[in-house]
Amino acid sequence: MSEITPEVVAEHGLNETEYQRVLEIMGREPNLLELGIFSVMWSEHCSYKSSKKWLKTLPTEAPHVIEGPGENAGVIDIGEGLAAVFKMESHNHPSFIEPYQGAATGVGGILRDVFTMGARPIANLNALRFGSPEHAKTRHLVSGVVAGIGGYGNCVGVPTVGGEVNFDPSYNGNILVNAMTVGLAPADRIFKAAAQGVGNPVIYVGSKTGRDGIHGATMASAEFDDDSDEKRPTVQVGDPFTEKLLIEACLELMETDAIIGIQDMGAAGLTSSSFEMASKGGMGVELNLDQVPCREDGMTPYEMMLSESQERMLMVLKPGNEDMARGIMEKWDLDFAVIGSLTETGRMVLRMHGEVVGDLPIDPLAEASPEYDRPWVPTPAREELDAKDLPVPGDTGKVLYQLMGSPNLCSRRWIWEQYDHMVMADTQARPGGDAAVVRVHGTERALAISTDCTPRYCVADPARGGAQAVAESWRNLTAVGATPLAITDNMNFGNPERPEIMGQFVGCIEGMRAACDALAYPVVSGNVSLYNETNGAAILPTPAIGGVGVIEDASKTAGIAFTEEGADILLIGETTGHLGSTTYLSEIEGRSDGAPPAVDLEQEKRNGDFVRQLIISGQVTVCHDLSDGGLAVSVAEMALAGGIGATLEQPAEINLPTHAWLFGEDQARYLIATGNAEALLDAAQAAGIPAGIIGRTGGKTLTLPGGSPISLNDLSRAHEGWLPDYMAGTVN
Amino acid sequence: MKAAVIVFPGSNCDRDVQVTLRDVSGVEPVMVWHKESSFEDVDLIVLPGGFSYGDYLRSGAMASKSLVMREVVKRAGAGVPVLGICNGFQVLTESGLLPGVLMRNADLKFVCKDVHLKVESSQSLFTSAYEAGQVVRIPVAHHDGNYFASEEELDRLEGNGQIAFRYVQPNGALDPDANPNGSARNIAGVYNETKTVLGLMPHPERLADPQLGGTDGKGMFQSLLESLS
Repeated sequence: MSEITPEVVAEHGLNETEYQRVLEIMGREPNLLELGIFSVMWSEHCSYKSSKKWLKTLPTEAPHVIEGPGENAGVIDIGEGLAAVFKMESHNHPSFIEPYQGAATGVGGILRDVFTMGARPIANLNALRFGSPEHAKTRHLVSGVVAGIGGYGNCVGVPTVGGEVNFDPSYNGNILVNAMTVGLAPADRIFKAAAQGVGNPVIYVGSKTGRDGIHGATMASAEFDDDSDEKRPTVQVGDPFTEKLLIEACLELMETDAIIGIQDMGAAGLTSSSFEMASKGGMGVELNLDQVPCREDGMTPYEMMLSESQERMLMVLKPGNEDMARGIMEKWDLDFAVIGSLTETGRMVLRMHGEVVGDLPIDPLAEASPEYDRPWVPTPAREELDAKDLPVPGDTGKVLYQLMGSPNLCSRRWIWEQYDHMVMADTQARPGGDAAVVRVHGTERALAISTDCTPRYCVADPARGGAQAVAESWRNLTAVGATPLAITDNMNFGNPERPEIMGQFVGCIEGMRAACDALAYPVVSGNVSLYNETNGAAILPTPAIGGVGVIEDASKTAGIAFTEEGADILLIGETTGHLGSTTYLSEIEGRSDGAPPAVDLEQEKRNGDFVRQLIISGQVTVCHDLSDGGLAVSVAEMALAGGIGATLEQPAEINLPTHAWLFGEDQARYLIATGNAEALLDAAQAAGIPAGIIGRTGGKTLTLPGGSPISLNDLSRAHEGWLPDYMAGTVN
Repeated sequence: MKAAVIVFPGSNCDRDVQVTLRDVSGVEPVMVWHKESSFEDVDLIVLPGGFSYGDYLRSGAMASKSLVMREVVKRAGAGVPVLGICNGFQVLTESGLLPGVLMRNADLKFVCKDVHLKVESSQSLFTSAYEAGQVVRIPVAHHDGNYFASEEELDRLEGNGQIAFRYVQPNGALDPDANPNGSARNIAGVYNETKTVLGLMPHPERLADPQLGGTDGKGMFQSLLESLS
């Protein structure tokens, strides 16, 4: 009797049509190992079968792009012969099941994607989404994820310099853990995966292979239900110490010219790494599984090929370099094994104990990987909300106090103080500002890096939300004086087989495409995570954007902290008092309706280019972008960061309800504090940029129009207090 | 001043301290791999921060048994100054070159932030460029920095002037809120009896460059330069 029953096929996540294609390609019934390989290679996680059609529409080119999507990470030219190599990747499902290891191995995986390409990782960031604070699991998940990210990154010695966190009930059963790494490499020495040269040795280095993480990629491609805890054995266990050794050993080996192709063993482990290397090089590959370093005896070929044990790499070396490479790996106490060689057959042949245990054609499997044009319906447009229809709040100072102490706007210090954000001694702007600024070691330059997304905008209007995520990333880099260069995207959505979810995906992509085009800010790498649903309830659509920009002269940047008393506060950009889908609306009015703010990309570009020029020329050193919570929250953040208060006044010509002026979330806006307001206003007028004085710094209180003064001490207690108190269990 | 920086597998602040030593002294430090049984004569040995051997056992315990540490212990005994920062401090207590132990932080969490330290005395190779009682701002980044020793031992260390730094408020006040990890008597760093070996949890090399937001850490390297050149 055949071992491949319809149940076995279904357990491997393949539908009937897909299995028919397997039979056609194989010309016979596959064995269990072969079926397992099809299963992971055609999983949503590895094949992008639902998203490919739409991802292709994103702009990926610019003069400074060295390598766009398709390799392990994107590569951009940052000047002086150097390249930034970066990518963001999700580890959502494993982090929900086992938060510490799930998050830790998420960091490990993204680090490997970057150093596989020859880059030394210099910065980690993350984008995290948790369920409602009241939900029973949230505290446990926050605690575990933060400890896991810190536990891995701190030990590896790569600073975790920034990120973002949201709480929303839609993530109750499906948190998001998106990890980003940025690395530096010589622009002319980028390593790729393609295998070349018949007979060349295939080398395994790093940790031994164990029975952990088998079918992780398939798990990541299915919805959750109440029994998800039973999937815990599919989560891998991280070893950051070995990762650190692997980074140093690989970079040392990369200084020689021994490596032809190199690929980390990530999702679907040895299967996908060997497959991709052979496929990209148009080669066949023969592996002798007896040679694979294993943690325990008696592992089957199926287990070896599908294990997702961490901290492993596969490489193809130029012949004759084996001993030298082995010497480097042994210096770092890492396993090194020649496990096979390249062939011209175009097939993957797997042997064990002298027998062929698997034999599959490479190109047909890769090329026939399913691509779906899934049905989708557009998200119904929401009505614009008129601020005049909302109740006028009593004391605007009390409103600000409440917002600053709310879960989504309070300080994230409790989180980033658990991350070593200074190791490598190049972190020029620490967490808490608009973007992290990390020096490019040995040069005058710095990189600015940020992660951004506003999921409540994306669910209200996916196209606006997608555009806004890209625009906010661009704005955050601009606000520190950087020239934004490119992004990586991490697309987190629900079940793509539901047309309304697919409609969210299509809408977000459309908005992102428009923003990337308008801002000359292409996508160079990314990751898609679908099926983020539990018992049929989907997460908010969350296209997290990781942006990278360059600062040519790192001594010319801006920070958010007020630095002097008596400075004028300038608002750049147009204010219409937009309150639909804002933080104000949800926190104060308990509503989440209304269209999100419009994103005028021309305005975004014009205002941003103007602000950046002021910073680069040294005329502005204090700057902050406006986002969640609007003008009042941005001013409060600047005041708290600098320990200097402010008094705001609504200009007479701005005919808006005060709460709309203070808390509206119109886009494309910046705040600047300056002692030279007149010259800046003249420059703005000449450039046709809306700009005006809205207040003055000074004192130890913050005074808003329509509000009683709030002491910075009280405001700081509210802002800094919520997260530690929540984690200690003293507030909900 | 010629310095050696010991590199264990898992060290990750080795380059950071190398840069600071080079910037302050103008002399390139020699980087010594943990498998070396000896190395050239130097004026100063530095054990950097990181997670030596992963620190899966007690922090610093594995490193204290490494080949290179036999040589470091020997030279320390002969009077060669040794500076252990963070994981280096843990290696020094595990090696018996410094008294006490470093336990898990009292709140069990990793902590990375600027802290304020009181320089207990300027009468040492490591602190001569500071004033006694001066308050300096220097970052910590550790999971196991909770200094512990018996009450008698602590009394003895205080009596001998072996406390190098204590965690204090910015205004110099010694109180529990200034203590980031639960260390006994707010101790951030200690000397050996001859004050030629110093271990401290904070990272002076991380605030020794104005572009990184401060230079209070630089004083330690300037002190060493003045004393050892």
